[in-house]
Order: sequence, then structure tokens, then C-alpha cells
Amino acid sequence: MTHPSTDTIWDWLDQVPDPEIPVISLVDLGIIRDVEWVKSEDGDELKITVTPTYSGCPATRIINQDIETALRKRGIDRLSLHRQLSPAWTTDWLSEKGAAKLEKFGIAPPSPKGQPERCPNCGGHDLEKTSQFGSTPCKALWRCKSCLEPFDYFKCI
Amino acid sequence: MTDQDALFQFLLRMGDNTLVLGHRVSEWCGVSPVLEEDIALANTALDMIGQTQFWLGLAGEVEGKGRSADDLAFLRDVWDFRNVLLVELPNGDFGQTLMRQFLFDAWASTMLGRLMYSSDKRVADIAEKASKEVAYHVERSADTVVGLGDGTPESHAKMQAALDLLYPYVGELFESDAVDAAMVSAGIAPDPASLRDDYDTLIKRVLSEATLNVPASKFTHKGGRTGYMHTEHLGHMLTQMQWLQRAYPGATW
Ligand SMILES: [Zn+2]
Repeated sequence: MTHPSTDTIWDWLDQVPDPEIPVISLVDLGIIRDVEWVKSEDGDELKITVTPTYSGCPATRIINQDIETALRKRGIDRLSLHRQLSPAWTTDWLSEKGAAKLEKFGIAPPSPKGQPERCPNCGGHDLEKTSQFGSTPCKALWRCKSCLEPFDYFKCI
Repeated sequence: MTDQDALFQFLLRMGDNTLVLGHRVSEWCGVSPVLEEDIALANTALDMIGQTQFWLGLAGEVEGKGRSADDLAFLRDVWDFRNVLLVELPNGDFGQTLMRQFLFDAWASTMLGRLMYSSDKRVADIAEKASKEVAYHVERSADTVVGLGDGTPESHAKMQAALDLLYPYVGELFESDAVDAAMVSAGIAPDPASLRDDYDTLIKRVLSEATLNVPASKFTHKGGRTGYMHTEHLGHMLTQMQWLQRAYPGATW
């Protein structure tokens, strides 16, 4: 029996939005670690390896459901999801297109400097941190002193 | 005691610490002094509850009786909990909550740093994940302790009172018994006593920057991690945390 290539599966997963920041996909977020076909007695099974962003992220369960739903809709019925903790997720795995989409959406993408590069609203550089934590575990709260808008920063870990 | 029993006990200690402290910190949700702190505390609690799922999930697996992380969290009574007394104490004021968080985070960051090299890959993997979150927690709790300690005369006095109250609970984190000896000989976890120097260096640096005096006495309250005796506060906390399962056994949604 033929089955879709893993490249095709990656493309499909790249169309599944992150439930909390729907402008980026699960692939953009870097949490899909592996996609492979595994041989078993009753035919090939698709094995997807997923890593959580934060231990307590409430979206983890929804993400697993969304992956299953998306792939079952494409006709994949033999599918298993595996949680992998190590290596631990890092914002280095966020894709470049994901970072660009975040900024367009108004969330400053992670920066190696450990703080936002510029205000996602006006591009200003005079910024201050309001809180180390934001509306979801992966974000911190910042404010731009030029346009006075508050914004989320996708923090580096 | 078999090696598996010892590992089970060790995992309960790790998971019960984060479970009980995670629940305590979540009690601030909606009533913190300012919105940013409310969000920060809720996020910290969430990380700890997430880490609990890993530790207690693995504990259930090691025990081999089919108990899940939820079963262990919601279907045990006080005497089966293995957390240190420090984490079950009531929150007190905001400063006291952050002082307790700092004293715990400093231990957790030191402990997890060692557990990343555990001979048990499952333990090492959880430690690797959790240590990234704890690095962020300790940065924030240390900053807040310094800000409030070296703040106004009133905030300073409250932080010193919090330290005086909580410091006599710190020593329990470094107690060792047969469970720890078994973990050391299997290469799974370090002897807690061996973490004390690193811990003292870390907290002394932060507390002196916060202009606070570390109490001289090393006397410690203990009995939580061995299950010998908890404070009366844990039972009250569990009646809240386990209320749903007690009122409607087996309820799910
Ligand atoms: Zn701006």
C-alpha cells in the first residue's frame, strides 16, 4: 500500500495552527520533532514525535487533538503520537517564517539578546519590560515608550 | 526496600513538592496585588503543575499498579504525601509567598542541575525540561526578594519577618535517608546534603543584596519528605485541592 511521503505530512502539519497563537503553525513553533512511517504487522503506522513548549502549557492536549484531527481528515487512520522531553524545546526552533508572522501579528519574536529587537507596532527601540510573564507561558509583557503601546514578547528559552 | 520502591519514593518527593507548591501559588490567582504579578504567579504555578505531571506520571509508571499522575494527586490523603513542610505552609502576604518561592527555586535549580546527569534517562529528561523553567522562576523570585528586601522600611521589615519564619524549614530540603542512599548508589540522584554549599552560596548572595539577615540557627522543622508528620496546613489544603474527587468520586470531564 502506498502512503503519503513524510514531506507531504510535514506540509500538512505546517497548515495546523498553534491553538494559542493561530498565525503560526505547529511546524513554525518547532514542536514537531519527527515524522516517520513505522512498519507493523497490520500495515504502516505514522509516528509523530511532539515536544511540549512548557511543562504546564494547557495547549498541549489541544495540540495533540489538532494533529490527530488534521491527519485523520487527510485519510491517515494508523497514527500514534509520542511525547519527547529531551532535547527540551527551545525558541531557536521557531522557524524564520514563523518569527516574521509573529511580528506582523504584533508579537515581538524571540531575540538572542534576550529582549525584543524593536516594537512590533511602530518599530521603535525605546522599550521597557512590564512583566516577565504574559498571557501565555511562552510570552512576556513589554511596552514601547515611543508609541506607548503594550505588546507581547515571545521570550527566549 | 527494593530499588523500585526507593525510586517511587524519590519521585513522589519531587512531584509532591511541585504539586503542593503549585497549588499554593495558584491560590493567588485573581487576588494578587497587581495584574502583572497575578499573571506571573499563575504562570509559575502552571509550570510547577506541569512538572508534577511528569514526576507523578513517572512515579505511577515505576510503581506499576496502574496509578496515573491524577490518581496520585487527588486520591491520596495527607499521610501519603512526601513534600517538604516549606511548600505546604500558608501563603501569608505577597512578600512571604515570594520569599518561599525564592528559597524553593534556589533549591530546585541546584537539584535539577544535578538530576540532568541522572543515570535514569527518564529522570534526566524531566530535569532538563524543568530546569529551563526553574531558571526563569529563580531569576524572577530573586529579583522580587531584592526589590522588596532593599525597598521601603515596611517592605524590608516584612521580608525579614518572612525569612525569619521560613528559614527554619529550609534544612529539610537537605536531609538524607535510606531512599536518598539508594538513589545515590544507583546514580539516579545526588545526596541532598551535597547540594547545601551551592545553595547557601546562591541564597547568601541574593539575600545580602536584599539587605536581609540570614538567621544563624540551622535548626530545621522536618517530617514532610519522609511522611512522618506534616503540618496541620496540608490537610486543609487538600480539602480544597481534592474537593471534587472527594465529593464526586471518579468524576471526569
Ligand atoms: Zn511602538
